[in-house]
Amino acid sequence: MHKIILIIQREYLTRVRKKSFLIMTVLGPVLFAAFMVLPAWFATMEDTEVRTIAVVDSTNIFYKVLPETQYIKFDYPEGTSLKELQDNFEFSGYSAILFIPHNILASNTTILYSSKQPSMTVTMHIKNAIEKEIENEKLKANNIENLDKILESIKTNINLRSITWSEDGKEKESNTGLAMGIGYGSGMLIYFFIFLFGSQVMRGVIEEKTNRIVEVIVSSVKPFQLMMGKIIGVGLVGLTQFVLWILLTVVFIGGVQKVLFPELSKTPTEQVFSQEIMNSQQLDTSALPFAEPEPQILEEIFASLGDVNFILILGMFLFFFIGGYLLYASFFAIIGSAVDNEADTQQFMLPVTLPLIIAIFVMINTINNPEGSLAFWFSMIPLTSPVVMMVRIPFHPAAWEIALSAAILILTFIGSTWMAGKIYRTGILMYGKKASYKELWKWLRYKN
Amino acid sequence: MDLFQAKNVVKEFSNHLALNKVSISVPENTIFGLLGPNGAGKTTLIRIINQITAPDSGELFYEGRKMTSNDTHSIGYLPEERGLYKKMKVGEQALYLAQLKGMSKHDALKKLKYWFEKFEMTEWWNKKVEELSKGMQQKVQFVTTILHEPKLLIFDEPFSGFDPINANLLKNEILELKRKGSTIIFSTHNMSSVEELCDHISLINKSEVILEGQIYDIKKNYRTNVYELSYLGNPEKLQSGLGASYEVLTNISENHVNFASIKTQTEDADNRLLKELIPLVNIVSFNELIPSMNDVFIRVVEETNKKNSKA
Repeated sequence: MHKIILIIQREYLTRVRKKSFLIMTVLGPVLFAAFMVLPAWFATMEDTEVRTIAVVDSTNIFYKVLPETQYIKFDYPEGTSLKELQDNFEFSGYSAILFIPHNILASNTTILYSSKQPSMTVTMHIKNAIEKEIENEKLKANNIENLDKILESIKTNINLRSITWSEDGKEKESNTGLAMGIGYGSGMLIYFFIFLFGSQVMRGVIEEKTNRIVEVIVSSVKPFQLMMGKIIGVGLVGLTQFVLWILLTVVFIGGVQKVLFPELSKTPTEQVFSQEIMNSQQLDTSALPFAEPEPQILEEIFASLGDVNFILILGMFLFFFIGGYLLYASFFAIIGSAVDNEADTQQFMLPVTLPLIIAIFVMINTINNPEGSLAFWFSMIPLTSPVVMMVRIPFHPAAWEIALSAAILILTFIGSTWMAGKIYRTGILMYGKKASYKELWKWLRYKN
Repeated sequence: MDLFQAKNVVKEFSNHLALNKVSISVPENTIFGLLGPNGAGKTTLIRIINQITAPDSGELFYEGRKMTSNDTHSIGYLPEERGLYKKMKVGEQALYLAQLKGMSKHDALKKLKYWFEKFEMTEWWNKKVEELSKGMQQKVQFVTTILHEPKLLIFDEPFSGFDPINANLLKNEILELKRKGSTIIFSTHNMSSVEELCDHISLINKSEVILEGQIYDIKKNYRTNVYELSYLGNPEKLQSGLGASYEVLTNISENHVNFASIKTQTEDADNRLLKELIPLVNIVSFNELIPSMNDVFIRVVEETNKKNSKA
């Protein structure tokens, strides 16, 4: 036991002292945030190219009423036919021609001509604008008095806040978006952690093997002690890094919360009521419905952050984090012991990485449907459960499901560690031989 | 008394028998040569002694009792393929390896100080291993092998990679360790160092022990009863003067001195032969042609290989 602690110590200290560890600790949260936010940001990024669209309106309803944006402009060339515009399209400077037929009210069809496929933003904008205009036209046909005023006053934007209460009557604000975010974030974290630190175990084993120091070490300690010492040592490095990340993030969030939303001490109901009073006052003066929805959403997220069951989530996260890591680290240790250098690891990597990648795909489905059967089964299979179960936990799955998934994971990693120990002790002493799966099977069955 | 004994050790790998009922006895406070051609099973046997692998069958004894895994604390092992953590600092690494052998940090530091000073390595302490030359790394590894003052030392090709000066330093250190009471198992292909250092040997070929015993006895057993003689006088007189129980194999003359090699039919015939020679020629030198360990090695291995191929 004393020796395994020495090994853990060495594995831990040599890694924590590296410069790369410090850099990752600082950059990790930034990179991770970037990884989570960037795809969404890219998806919503606005096209900054100004597009002018020529409108050929056979109905004369839409003349200069289509709303323009910063990047979408409409031009209404008079006295030119569609045919002329089409013929001169190349030199006209228009990016598209919108043709509105005179029977649009009956056919519900309008046509956008262009030489290139127009972007989603453009087509959606035009579709919405025309729909709205036609709806207004249809309303006007009913000859309602003060129509403009009525239309203005019925504009509404409902903010749905769901508040759940526990048995002791305490109110909690729940937020599906937040649950999704936490699930997605922790699933991704586990995925990265397994890859990052699992492969460190593998590289560590290969290093010892190629340095040939392994023969000296196993003449002092049992191969299993060496392997477990390495797995635990590297795991602790990962946990240290993780804890540092959390601390950095908490400090950051805490700072933001204090500065931006000092009034979070109110209960959610109090907040809603105070808003209702404000809103009714606004209605009396027939002012705009409550505007500026963005700080509202942020405030809500921070409010519900305080009510998410962080103890449970953090506890389960640590469990699946460690369980998943131990399971995969034993596979990575097997790979490391079976090869002589990193280039040879390719053939063994696929079966290890494939379940992880599948887990990520299932995770995306699970976020939308956390109680579905796909989510259920993949949160039971130990190779994918650390990622998939973690995504389900913020949605409060049944306790027995969590317990079963955890039990299966524990049993599997005990089994895989035992198996890894057997293959490892033979593998680390085999040099210059490229192992095959058949060989690994033989090593597994060696008595000693 | 034997410090280490292996009895009928069998070890089989998936498709070949690495050790077939191998028994060796290593007497205390001797240097024991473990010899054999490549692939004979020496490394497997060394790994079994180190408890790195376990035999399929057979028994191991240490200090007369059954060997346990705790006995590895009193074994020091220098493998043929040397290796240290390249990125780790020399001092830290030496301390780590010593602690893995069960030494306390305090003791280890004290001993390390002694050896680092003795081998003039003190300034390497905070260097990374990869910054040292190969010879320097070998020295570090040697120190880590003997630091915990093991009763049994196993050196696998210890001289490879050392320059003649350091090899000599190492040889003296090995002899010094023996003088202080250590027992040493010494595996090498360098037969001249075997003759120089070893007291006992075991020769393994094709997974079996084919020759064992004290070097002195082995050489005696393999002697060919041939004597070398240089003399002044008439070569023909020598040829004709010796009786029928002696056979003159060669008889040449060079720079006024004659050289002859004479085979006797019986053992220990040196005095009788001398008696016969004295009246015939003027003797300059006379000695028995003793086979070197190199000759013995080649002869025994080839003989058993022939026997095996016939069978």
